[in-house]
Amino acid sequence: MKNSPRIPMPERNPRERARTFDEVKKGYTEEEAVGEAKRCLQCKKPLCMKGCPVSIDIPAFIKELSERNFERAHDIIKNTNSLPGVCGRVCPQEEQCESLCILGHKGDPIAVGNLERYVSDRNMGGHEDTKMPSVGRKVAIAGSGPAGLACAGYLAKRGVAVTVFEALHEIGGVLIYGIPEFRLPNAVVQAEIDELKRMGVVFETNFIVGKTASISELLDEDGFDAIFVGAGAGFPRFPDIPGINANGVYSANEYLTRVNLMQAWKEGSKTPVLKGQHVVVMGGGNVAMDAVRTGFRLGAQDATIVYRRTEHEMPARVEEIHHAREEGVDFELLANPLELLLDDEGFVKEVRCIKMRLGEADASGRRRPEPVEGSEFTLPCDVFIVAIGTKANPIVSRSTKGLETNKKGNVTIIDDWGRTTRDKVYAGGDIVTGAATVILAMGAGKDAAKAILHDLGLNED
Amino acid sequence: MAEILQISNLSEHIYRVRLVAPRIAKRRKAGQFVIVRVTPDGERIPLTIANASAEEGWIELIIQAVGESTRVLRDMQVGDHLEDLAGPLGRATKVEKVGRVLCIGGGVGIAPLRPIAEAFKAAGNHVTTILGARTSDLIILRDDMDQISDELYIATDDGSAGEKGFPTDIFARLLDTGNTYDEAVVVGPPVMMKFTSLKTLDAGVPTMCSLNPIMIDGTGMCGGCRVTVAGEPRFACVDGPEFDAASVEWDDLLNRLSGYDKIAERNHTCRIGTDEK
Repeated sequence: MKNSPRIPMPERNPRERARTFDEVKKGYTEEEAVGEAKRCLQCKKPLCMKGCPVSIDIPAFIKELSERNFERAHDIIKNTNSLPGVCGRVCPQEEQCESLCILGHKGDPIAVGNLERYVSDRNMGGHEDTKMPSVGRKVAIAGSGPAGLACAGYLAKRGVAVTVFEALHEIGGVLIYGIPEFRLPNAVVQAEIDELKRMGVVFETNFIVGKTASISELLDEDGFDAIFVGAGAGFPRFPDIPGINANGVYSANEYLTRVNLMQAWKEGSKTPVLKGQHVVVMGGGNVAMDAVRTGFRLGAQDATIVYRRTEHEMPARVEEIHHAREEGVDFELLANPLELLLDDEGFVKEVRCIKMRLGEADASGRRRPEPVEGSEFTLPCDVFIVAIGTKANPIVSRSTKGLETNKKGNVTIIDDWGRTTRDKVYAGGDIVTGAATVILAMGAGKDAAKAILHDLGLNED
Repeated sequence: MAEILQISNLSEHIYRVRLVAPRIAKRRKAGQFVIVRVTPDGERIPLTIANASAEEGWIELIIQAVGESTRVLRDMQVGDHLEDLAGPLGRATKVEKVGRVLCIGGGVGIAPLRPIAEAFKAAGNHVTTILGARTSDLIILRDDMDQISDELYIATDDGSAGEKGFPTDIFARLLDTGNTYDEAVVVGPPVMMKFTSLKTLDAGVPTMCSLNPIMIDGTGMCGGCRVTVAGEPRFACVDGPEFDAASVEWDDLLNRLSGYDKIAERNHTCRIGTDEK
């Protein structure tokens, strides 16, 4: 059994890319993609599929790709995944499909994500109208992020009339406001949304479900047969430390929204953003990496991650941590901010931190960080970004009778298919689980779509 | 896209804009606001809903043309469209029959006060209104407020309308002459809200204020509008915009509101059009 090394996807030079918003990974050439696809063993019982939250038929699409049947490869992916260009870029494949690949035992697993991205990019925008014959039912979706789009795509493919309501003026949710261009270009998201439009999905922006109309109104007056709530996590969390309301302090959501959605990095943008010289980000997830790397791209001299555990516990993808390091991000590990010190105009100028050590394991099984007495130190800081997760947004639950939430305010689902305590109302993604990944939200959107089809008598399991 | 039905000038720099918005008109309640983007490359700005007709499907916004977006909006014509309009956002004012309600409005803050006063009146309260501004031209919605209120008083800094002085002077006199109030609502520039509510609270009147922090999405996602209320971080867009004035940490709010202005000042000294602040 030969196991040739994985063909890496070319990347931009770190020093050059750290100052632009151009995508870091450049994409495969045809020869690279086909070469990588040919490494696949085409297992009879493919383990990779078990690792995929949306169950893409991975061996089948890779086989078509290895035989240069690019459109067929695309169709296979699209059958279960409406956003392959997104997933190929931002899924944690190393923990999912690729972690289970047999080739990984003795060498490198197949680069499933890179191949998915290649197939998607190659077929982008190239398809004709794909509208299915109507089955005479209509479903509303609250939120156009990954959960909502996955749900919409799955339903539309089966002839359901779908309207997606989005609170912001652009479609895509976190894919548009949250994930920076250098990791996921907005044009890629746009192309996938255009395809959903060609499938007949209707998008209504500037529409806040629970405010512009309630769920009851959508069901009773507007005649929707069901509604899927994929409203996202919402509220950013802030640490309870002095100075947290100073000027120059952002949640990662606000900072990234200003930059990605409102394009504050462009000359002449109407939305301002503070371009710091010393950017400090609190947190260790993908959002923290996105924020700190954005800080560099806005011109910071230094950009630092402050994280209270070690790199080993960081929730961010290994690839993102690696990219951040390559670009020059500093990591203050085992450290926690205590206080923000302000200048006389009310702007943050320094962050005082304390060193941490790992103590006993807590309920989550992770070792609890504890402060090391007397180890305080300060970092210069004129932009401080908080990326320590989110809480549930209460807009939908407050406005919907009979929709139960848990102690944390997340919508309660009563089975694995996203059914809620209220008839005809389904939910999935961060609003149910709290902050998670794009692909888990997509999986939840797709599962709810299956339940909706079943409950509407449209013959799904 | 939201079509402009009417646009008129209420005073120098203050404009009333009526927009087609049937969904919002149907659901909005006193105290709520919308997020507007005037042009395709514009910023997202929160504006309070000053009036609406559910039957005719319109809402009215009152804007002070101080920033770039509001100046562009001021120069638009009937039949033009705003790029985006989303709402109604925020929680509605908690309106109950409490007895005697005092409504104090300053400058362009009179606009959000109008539906609140109207709702308190409709709930069967005796409504006393005090309006304040620098000068008579800046007293907006005078006739509307006169109709809604049982009593109306006006204070101007220069004495060009009503009495010379501040709304707090009139409030003090009303107290002195034996008037009592069960609740107060104060809406206006943050500094005015801070000092006015200190007086009403001092007199033992529970006081609500409507805050106007910097906002982007308006649905709780960005956290930019956080204010410290009773020692806890609260989001004005979802938990507010109205809060108990006694619990608001005003200096936090004032500092954050001035942040981008200070940055702009550092970067260049042009002050065109900012004189109204």
